[in-house]
Amino acid sequence: MNQILSRRTLLQAAGALVVSFTLAPRGAEAKSVAADEVDAFLAIDAQGLVTVYSGKVDLGTGVRTALTQIAAEELDVPLSRVNVIEGDTALTPDQGPTYGSLSIQNGGMQIRRAASTARAALLRLASTRLGVAEADLLTADGVVRPRAGGEGIGYGALIGAGGFALKLDKDVPAKNPESYRVVGTSVARLDIPDKVTGRFTFMHDVRVEGMVHARVVRPPALGATLLEVDETSVQAIPGIIKVVRVGNFLAVVAGSEWGAIRGARALKARWSDWQGLPEQARLWEHVRGTKVVKDDVTSNVGDAPAALAAGAKRLAATYDFPIHTHGSIGPSCAVAELRDGRLTVWTASQMTHALRKQIAAMLGMKPDDVRCIYVEGAGCYGRNGHEDAAGDAALLARETGRPVRVQWSRADEHGWDPKGPPTLIDLAGALDADGNVVAWHSNFFVPQGAAGNVPLVAAELAALAHETVMAPGNIIQNSALPYAFPAIRTVCHRLETTPFRPSWIRTPGRMQNTYANECFLDELAAAAAADPIALRRRYLKDPRGLDLIERLVALANWQPRPSPARGQTAAVARGRGVSYVKYELVRTYIGAIAEVEVDRATGTIHVARVFVAHDCGQIINPDGLRNQIEGNIIQTVSRVLKEELTFDRGAVTSLDWASYPILTFPEAPEVVIDLIDRPAEKPWGAGEPSAAVVPAAISNAVFDATGVRLRSVPFTPARVKAALGTI
Amino acid sequence: MAYTLALHVNGREVEIHSDDPDMPLLYGLRDELGLHGPRFGCGLGQCGACTVHIDGKPARACVTPLSALSAGQSVLTLEGLGTPERPHKLQQAFIDEQAVQCGYCINGMIMQSAALLETQPSPSEGEIRAALAHNLCRCGTHQRIIRAVARAARA
Repeated sequence: MNQILSRRTLLQAAGALVVSFTLAPRGAEAKSVAADEVDAFLAIDAQGLVTVYSGKVDLGTGVRTALTQIAAEELDVPLSRVNVIEGDTALTPDQGPTYGSLSIQNGGMQIRRAASTARAALLRLASTRLGVAEADLLTADGVVRPRAGGEGIGYGALIGAGGFALKLDKDVPAKNPESYRVVGTSVARLDIPDKVTGRFTFMHDVRVEGMVHARVVRPPALGATLLEVDETSVQAIPGIIKVVRVGNFLAVVAGSEWGAIRGARALKARWSDWQGLPEQARLWEHVRGTKVVKDDVTSNVGDAPAALAAGAKRLAATYDFPIHTHGSIGPSCAVAELRDGRLTVWTASQMTHALRKQIAAMLGMKPDDVRCIYVEGAGCYGRNGHEDAAGDAALLARETGRPVRVQWSRADEHGWDPKGPPTLIDLAGALDADGNVVAWHSNFFVPQGAAGNVPLVAAELAALAHETVMAPGNIIQNSALPYAFPAIRTVCHRLETTPFRPSWIRTPGRMQNTYANECFLDELAAAAAADPIALRRRYLKDPRGLDLIERLVALANWQPRPSPARGQTAAVARGRGVSYVKYELVRTYIGAIAEVEVDRATGTIHVARVFVAHDCGQIINPDGLRNQIEGNIIQTVSRVLKEELTFDRGAVTSLDWASYPILTFPEAPEVVIDLIDRPAEKPWGAGEPSAAVVPAAISNAVFDATGVRLRSVPFTPARVKAALGTI
Repeated sequence: MAYTLALHVNGREVEIHSDDPDMPLLYGLRDELGLHGPRFGCGLGQCGACTVHIDGKPARACVTPLSALSAGQSVLTLEGLGTPERPHKLQQAFIDEQAVQCGYCINGMIMQSAALLETQPSPSEGEIRAALAHNLCRCGTHQRIIRAVARAARA
């Protein structure tokens, strides 16, 4: 019943996004994907059109536009002559997953290097062709011509379709930022006209000839075993093609999407009982009781325990940050086709190169026989279900012999995407008699593991090859401090397990750790009756950080005084709170000041305004950067005020937007931003850092307003009322 | 079993076929007509990503069964509102304000706002926020979306 769009139609609909849908035949000369070769990153055709091949992908962040700017600038070609292919394992170099705020900082700089190497080569070629010394040539608008005037040669004519056959050359100087015309300007996002008119092809719109539809049927409890399937329960539904069962992996495949949905709903299956999750009400006891497999001491200055004992005034507090889901607005989706022993997977994965290896391992195939092609999905903010849907589709393509589209339901996404793990933090600090911070000792309880491959749900359920090591992301980052206290000890106790399959969600670890650190520092400031910013300045020795604090103070018109604010008797209390961090202590600087209103009667916190000062070095696209910062702030306000995964002993119970509410339009704060541009510096990441400072800025503002310290995210009305003692 | 519904979709006369009259309109628009504007977000009427206009009124296509529609009714989707070449004033305002991040929710934002501007041509910021209270955005593009709707109202 479905209209099947032909590949040609799809190609046209997708525009430049998807160039080729079939694996190149064996033996054909493959395009270079070696990450040290210019041809892996760039191609210039006979007409002078530039194609950039990027292993980093646009997850809805605008990075495709920024990468286009970087390449156009460095090559001296108009923006309109640059196209970007993203995340296609057959065409793009492996530049690592699109995570960690590294697309510009690492990915973009590799492309810049490829472009500067290519530009130097074009100058050499033109010098020979024109008989003019390289120093007497210039590049502009895709043409090399003599500085003295006269005929030039277009890039297309110089290089043809031949390729550069050069290694990236780190000794070729990149352009002087002072000469930039495109980088540093707010070029309009290339994808927005299509996205606001329905012409854009998201992953969910991909259709392949002969494609069938599938919905997965997940176990009612995470570790349940499939005992029995009654296939007659779907017999009456028209169009059912197959019920696929591999171990505990279960899915219904149908000719139409609605048929697959009806089938998945109707399918009767019997599962074993499983109750392996901890009791939610005792989650923090569970975390504290989980076996510690190792300690990572992330900083150790002086003798913190001794200095703590000797302090005139000692404080201790425990902070916790709950389990979060990514909450993509579009549930994960993928299409896979197995043909002649070769598998093609269309996926919104942030890590197609790694996914290719995972899928190959799962199906016992050679990675070279698997091609993953990136197609933009709904924003994922980390490792959500995109990869898992791809795994589902791959397995189903093998089991049915047909191209299969898998669309997760809302409950699949909320229930089965990997989760941001729970984080528990104990802090202790001491002041001397003059209110100086003399000791800081923190203990973080977080799962073991780092960034890596999160095991695929399909592989786990089907008991096929998969990773057995947890990959929650680099969650110990920013447990150490940007402040120079005389005695510091910060320790991350790495836990053997965590209740749910963990992964990274925007600003993993850095958010939780900065939240605890910047709140507790505020506690020390209050105990010392010091202005929170004055106290931070006292221990901040980094001139660039101090510069940022100064800009933030001016932006928010911060008036120095200790917290809490005095004389707040109104029904709605108002306060301001500050938070600062240097991301991972090595890159982007961010400071935020939140202004909140706390309704004492209802316990509702309204974040009215957030001021942000942001220094990520060289800015590629100022408006794109603002868009990212606004998103970081608003999304994190949502996480801090509202979000907490709920679960029973068997599975997630917050399976929709009613049970896992996120921030709505009436609640969205104003965001006021000061961008500190440093064109001569390296460009650092901006996709995550500004989220790190939001939780503490809100908690500190609530303390300023009410004198009550919130140490448990989310700051729901019930918790605020309990803290205020009004219930 | 076969069920056929004749509709005007974006000004064209089309037929949607299904073996189930309870099939939501969304699947007919996306899978049968190949439209990309209306999007599957929750299937529960909670997020608004699937919003279309039925006879000029905003509706959640993911929870509107074909059987709730009558032959000849008009359905307008994001594609029918305007094109990159001839954008509706809201689409132009979303471009001007760069009011998109991933863009998955944007169909609903524009279709819901188009309905708002039909009944309230000069909404206040509070009215815009209230009109979009049941449309969810995860990227945090709220402020830009509010500005875009206000800009379109002025256009």
